[in-house]
Amino acid sequence: MATSPILDPGAERLGRRAAPRSAAPGLLRIDPILLLAVLGLAVCSLVTIDATTNSELAGRQGVFFAIGLVVALLVSQVDYSRLRELKYGVYGLMITLIVAVIALGGVTRGSRRAIDVGPIELQTSEIGKVLLCLALAAFLVDRSRRLNERDTTAWAVLMTLFPAALVMIQPDLGSAMVYVVIVFAALFCAGTSWRHFVGLLALGAAAISLALVVAPKLGVTVLHSYQAERLTSFLHPSGDPGDAGYQQNQSVIAIGSGERTGRGEEATQTTLKFLPEEHTDFIFAVVGERWGFVGAALVLSLYALLIWRALRILTMAKNLYGAVIAGGIVAMILFQVFVNVGMNIGIMPITGIPLPLMSYGGSSVLTTLLAVGLLQSIHVQARASRKGLLP
Amino acid sequence: MNPEDRRPPITPQLALRVAVLGGIALALFAVIFFRLWFLQVLSGDQYLVEARENRTRDVPVQAARGDIVDRTGRPLVSSRRAIVVQLHPQAMPEEEIAAAAEWGQEMTRRLNAAKAARARAERRRGRKNRRKAKPIKVAKVNPAPIPPPPTAELRQRFARLGRVLGMKPSTIQRRAIEQLAVVPYSSVTVRSDVPRAVMNYLKERKEKFPGVDVDPVYLRSYPRSSLAAQVLGYVGEIGPSELRQRRNRGVEQGTIVGKAGVEYTYDRYLRGRNGANVLRVDANGRFSSDRPVGRREPIPGRQLRLSLDARLQQAGQDAIAQIGGGLPGAFVAMNPRNGEVYALGSMPTFDPSIFAKPISTTKFAELNSEASGSPLYNRAIGGLYPSGSTFKPITSIAGLEEGTLTPDASINDPGCITVGDQPKCNAGEVPNGAVNLYSALKVSSDVYYYIQGMNLFRIGGERLQKWAKALGLGHRTGIDLPDERRGLIPGKAWRDRINKLERKCRPGNDDIPCYVLEIRDYNLGDNANLAVGQGEVQISPLQMAVAYSTIAEYGRVPRPHIGLEIQDGAGRPVQEIPSTAARKVKIQRAYVDAVLDGLRRAAQEPGGTSTPVFEGWPHDRYSVMGKTGTAETPQGDQSWYVAIVRDANRPIVVAATIERGGFGAERAAPTVCRILRSWYRVNAPCAPGGSHTR
Repeated sequence: MATSPILDPGAERLGRRAAPRSAAPGLLRIDPILLLAVLGLAVCSLVTIDATTNSELAGRQGVFFAIGLVVALLVSQVDYSRLRELKYGVYGLMITLIVAVIALGGVTRGSRRAIDVGPIELQTSEIGKVLLCLALAAFLVDRSRRLNERDTTAWAVLMTLFPAALVMIQPDLGSAMVYVVIVFAALFCAGTSWRHFVGLLALGAAAISLALVVAPKLGVTVLHSYQAERLTSFLHPSGDPGDAGYQQNQSVIAIGSGERTGRGEEATQTTLKFLPEEHTDFIFAVVGERWGFVGAALVLSLYALLIWRALRILTMAKNLYGAVIAGGIVAMILFQVFVNVGMNIGIMPITGIPLPLMSYGGSSVLTTLLAVGLLQSIHVQARASRKGLLP
Repeated sequence: MNPEDRRPPITPQLALRVAVLGGIALALFAVIFFRLWFLQVLSGDQYLVEARENRTRDVPVQAARGDIVDRTGRPLVSSRRAIVVQLHPQAMPEEEIAAAAEWGQEMTRRLNAAKAARARAERRRGRKNRRKAKPIKVAKVNPAPIPPPPTAELRQRFARLGRVLGMKPSTIQRRAIEQLAVVPYSSVTVRSDVPRAVMNYLKERKEKFPGVDVDPVYLRSYPRSSLAAQVLGYVGEIGPSELRQRRNRGVEQGTIVGKAGVEYTYDRYLRGRNGANVLRVDANGRFSSDRPVGRREPIPGRQLRLSLDARLQQAGQDAIAQIGGGLPGAFVAMNPRNGEVYALGSMPTFDPSIFAKPISTTKFAELNSEASGSPLYNRAIGGLYPSGSTFKPITSIAGLEEGTLTPDASINDPGCITVGDQPKCNAGEVPNGAVNLYSALKVSSDVYYYIQGMNLFRIGGERLQKWAKALGLGHRTGIDLPDERRGLIPGKAWRDRINKLERKCRPGNDDIPCYVLEIRDYNLGDNANLAVGQGEVQISPLQMAVAYSTIAEYGRVPRPHIGLEIQDGAGRPVQEIPSTAARKVKIQRAYVDAVLDGLRRAAQEPGGTSTPVFEGWPHDRYSVMGKTGTAETPQGDQSWYVAIVRDANRPIVVAATIERGGFGAERAAPTVCRILRSWYRVNAPCAPGGSHTR
């Protein structure tokens, strides 16, 4: 596809005339740069997983990417606007999936996060991120004339806090945080008044201090002690190598030791298990150690490309629904990238948030590709509507 | 289509908000890039070092410790390879280490209690007449019961290991507890000298024996078993406090170092330098492969040649064991000219090879306990006794030099004399009639020397003490062995010090004497006692040998030494051990000759105190000059003898002492005679003499 002259970004800039009005018009109107960024990240992910663990895991990740790309392609050909009508269904599906995990899920490392769907373990809190974007966008567009009412903001926040609280029970603090970020972004893009944000921030600050300081003293467990420890350990990372700070310390050593061009096959931090979870949460450290600043910068550039295209799609969207969805997705991906990479380089706490499209894991890959598919759909619809090809 | 579904391509409001979002994204990426730049480009080298250190562990490769040979190259200590089974401290559960610490504290408590009981008994004795008291019986300390292994898993592990090694699991547990009590995180040696088949069995089933190290190591071996045991000393794993010492700079934990004797003094030559296999490890400390990625070769230790003569040493040990009949004692044989020590022994002795294997606390306590005669203790350099009449030549030199006596001036010796207001007598109150210096030395007249002591006291200035110290008594001789003791030549300063201590101590002790019966100045009687080597004077056999060497060499005070040179593995000299120059004391030759003549008469002329001992000795070839000594101690008479043979080629000074050995001529003199007999390879009976003089 990348070899097609049609998908040459230069051709696009020349004008709409460059696009032929032939068969499968939607497929050709997807954003090629976005696709390129995604494919680039997929290749990076596969190469990294193959290098650090084994080709079997890389192969499985490859299958996830293949499925995800097919799904994304299919989604891109669907008019996302139709999903608006399914808003109750989308929200209900999200809640059902999350509750199903709590009810049925298997326990991995002390938490229930996944249910077995055929050969893969489905982490429903991941899928929930995209579903939440859709549900919130639908809700806000419904109330687009009452955006300045406090009710609207409050309902949107409550719509988010409910699933967030459910995933906290699992416990999956990272996803809960992503949900909160999504609602902020959705409200922001929908055009909610600035005053509401100030109020929300104040409430949020109060809630956090309540959860971290007051609740433990009353004996109510909001955050498990290990979560609180993880969240604060990055403030003193060189402490005891036996606890949460250890992973971060090892991660920083791994990345630092990569220097400019990486240690290649000499890499030891990530291959000799000094760093646990090296193919999931700490995959960025593997990149940093193996391929150095060059490799890490390449991966980051691909993310920057992805975010840029997503923001561009946000501005192009043919309707507010699309813009809000795109806004939620941008925030979702940006937040996850920043928190995960920040955790790897020792400037953010350890939260268990995967690196989108890089970390090993079917749920995360599928979710992100689903989101990318939605972005492409918004792109396709925007271009089509501008050309008047579609009503 | 809903109206709200349609909107202009982009409103200014949305444009602003997208710009804000974009700005946030830009800022976040900038932060990440900045941090990456800092980590990888600016301080990457530092993290690379950390990562490198992370991934390898040095597995030490033990260096062979250097051998120790006698002056003719006969091996005294060598190293041999033995397979040792050890328990890795990291594989020990914390509970086990805690249990060992608790057990160690309990043992310390018990030992302290026993010590306190002893001190109490001693104080009680202090109330009665000191002289008559019997030696205090030392109650044996019962070792605290060994706790069982704290975890079922450990119990199983010990049981499995015990089956392979043919040991009871309780024995393994005892060794673990005893060794961990001493050094909490050190390897526990379960068994030394296991057959190679057992090693292979254990190595093949590594996963079934977690934390068990089985490797060939170097152990010390002693081909002549207990020969010169206290001189050679023993070795052991370096302790935590030793690691901090300056002399052990650069020594790694787990290294075998010398703990006593020349093993300690010359440790830095003997120990060599451990090498290492550099192995890759993963985060759990497991070796990711058995193939080392690097290796530092161990540097074997140097060979040490001693001045000791193994044959003479053996003769000395045999003599003191046979004649002493198991009584504690010590002997020194040295070259008076250059201070080379030919033989130096202490009874009872021990076989240092017991330190090559795991040694239990009880066994170690036994080696140190007074009940078994403290075999580890080197009495030749650390055994302090009143020297009895062997002190008389020193008094003679002092008197001659200070002008209080002339060799030929006769003094009447009626057998007893009043010193101050106390009568003092010869042994058995035997009168010697008119005695001059020669005959006083020959028959060992106490009265003559009491008078000399009083005369020296009257001229003031502590001249006797000055001369004793000048000749090498009352301070360390500087021999190259650890734990040499200073001894004591009592004088005014010492008495003042002890008075002060006594004054401080008594009120807290119900006014019962702590150190001395009365608080008084150093007096005439004290000096008279010192003149015959009695009272509080404390002298080691080595000091006596040095003092007689000084006399034999007309004032050259030799510095005794045992290490001769450092050699390579093939016995080629690498470095001579520097011996500090001898000190000189100015003594007139005529005075020395007079004293030596007296000593000659004592050993050779009829009526001499040790003449019967040297019956049949070829004095024409090897003229023996010697002095008996019999020191009264609370435990009994201490037998002393010191001899000088001023042979042109093979000069020697020999000193021997035997605790509770009776008169000097009875035990010490025959011991010295046998040593001389071996040295000059002559035939002489060396029969015990019957002289009952001091």
